[in-house]
Amino acid sequence: MFCQECHERPATLHFTKIVNGQKTEFHICEHCAKEKGEFLPGSNTFSIHQLLSGLLYGDPAISGTASPGLSQQSVLACPKCGMTYQQFAKIGRFGCRHCYEVFDSRLDPILKRVHGGNTKHEGKIPKRIGSGLQEKRELENLKKSMQQYILNEEFEKAAETRDKIRLLEKQKHQEKGE
Amino acid sequence: MSLEHFISEAISPWMKEEGPDSDIVLSSRIRLARNLENYNFPDFASKEESETVIRKVHEANGDQEYGNCGKFEILSLDQLKPLAKRVLVEKHLISPHLAEQSKYGAVMLNEDESVSIMINEEDHLRIQCLFAGFQLKEALKLAGELDDWLEEKVDYAFDEERGYLTSCPTNVGTGLRASVMMHLPALVITKQMSRIIPAINQLGLVVRGIYGEGTEAQGNVFQISNQITLGKSEEDIVEDLRGVVLQLIQQERAARNNLQQGLKIQLEDRIFRSYGVLANSRIIQSKEAAQCLSDVRLGIDLGVIQGISRSILNELMILTQPGFLQQYANEMLGPDERDILRATLIRERVELEEA
Repeated sequence: MFCQECHERPATLHFTKIVNGQKTEFHICEHCAKEKGEFLPGSNTFSIHQLLSGLLYGDPAISGTASPGLSQQSVLACPKCGMTYQQFAKIGRFGCRHCYEVFDSRLDPILKRVHGGNTKHEGKIPKRIGSGLQEKRELENLKKSMQQYILNEEFEKAAETRDKIRLLEKQKHQEKGE
Repeated sequence: MSLEHFISEAISPWMKEEGPDSDIVLSSRIRLARNLENYNFPDFASKEESETVIRKVHEANGDQEYGNCGKFEILSLDQLKPLAKRVLVEKHLISPHLAEQSKYGAVMLNEDESVSIMINEEDHLRIQCLFAGFQLKEALKLAGELDDWLEEKVDYAFDEERGYLTSCPTNVGTGLRASVMMHLPALVITKQMSRIIPAINQLGLVVRGIYGEGTEAQGNVFQISNQITLGKSEEDIVEDLRGVVLQLIQQERAARNNLQQGLKIQLEDRIFRSYGVLANSRIIQSKEAAQCLSDVRLGIDLGVIQGISRSILNELMILTQPGFLQQYANEMLGPDERDILRATLIRERVELEEA
């Protein structure tokens, strides 16, 4: 059976849609399904994705009325999974972890809207692959508080913090040396 | 199959325990979304990739024991009958998404069914911990430990800046969804819920029906969960939710008090009428059943009805769902047949209590 959209590729996705007792059957190929978006698994159940995609489309930076940049945006695609930014905007989901890097320059406004203005992870760091990160974050926080102490002229506390930083950095070097 | 036996099969062991504040909070749930480093997210992955993900997780942790959770068993969704899948959904052990849409889904369950790890749902892994009553912190602790246990063997997709990377941008960061199931009949009767829901939404929390996204509140049971997953620590997210839940518990208790003082006879009338319906009806739809069960449970909590166990609401809410009814009947049933069987099952269950 050939895809009822393109009549070229074999139909690999088969759907039966029942709306108010009206039964409609769809036989399409994966390529057309992706293009249509609505046939992708999950895209028609999660209201959150529709909402999100509404937000993304409402973004003047990517909406149809947007001007010269559009052609450039339409080619922004993830080399790993092939997801284009437009597809992402339509279905509201990433295809793989690399999409995050490829679309990074456009993510901040989206994440801000969804996560109450936040764009940076503040939570857990995986133990094994993130062990270095944990220390790095601790050092960053200590350095920040040291700056704050200096600004507040709380030099004693600043000195204490500085000693902690030195200790941590020393430990880090020792671990590397081993 | 006897009813008693069926109930013991149908109700997850963890549900039989009474947790803290279980007169109002029926259950607490923590879910962590995780993805593996080198594979496309499930909905965009090839068959081979999806099978590899299952194999990796299975090899690393399937059929193994973890701490107090006991042994894990892995079920492949394509080997389950539609009815069996539906039953798992009604028990909240898998999501509707995994049951209906996932092409290569699987789930790891522990013995008392308090932990379910879905594989190839919207994300590669969805670690879920369920606790009776109001035990969000305990659930978070266990989910965190299970997360570490899994991470010993598989590489997670994690980014320093964005945190745990998920298929949907609404889960990125912590990948954490904390939720509680609350029975709030007095707030509904006193028409306060319609005011409270928008207020809760403004705090970055979501109120939904019992079966999650897009479902209507049945039997005055509401699911409240966090929306924001990025930019806050796991502990802060849970603490924010806990704060709201504590206030809701107080308000619900106050509303119950007011009802008992001001409208005692009307309230008792409503409770006993509902009890009468459950004990006597021959045909009952799920919506009516849920409403009556809610009234009876309120009656039990207030001491108006005595000698019936509290767990009847939690039990019958699940048992009278279409999937369970059909499993009990051991055949597919039309809506009318279901309504008849539902009424029979409820009557028998109530008689079990009275005996």
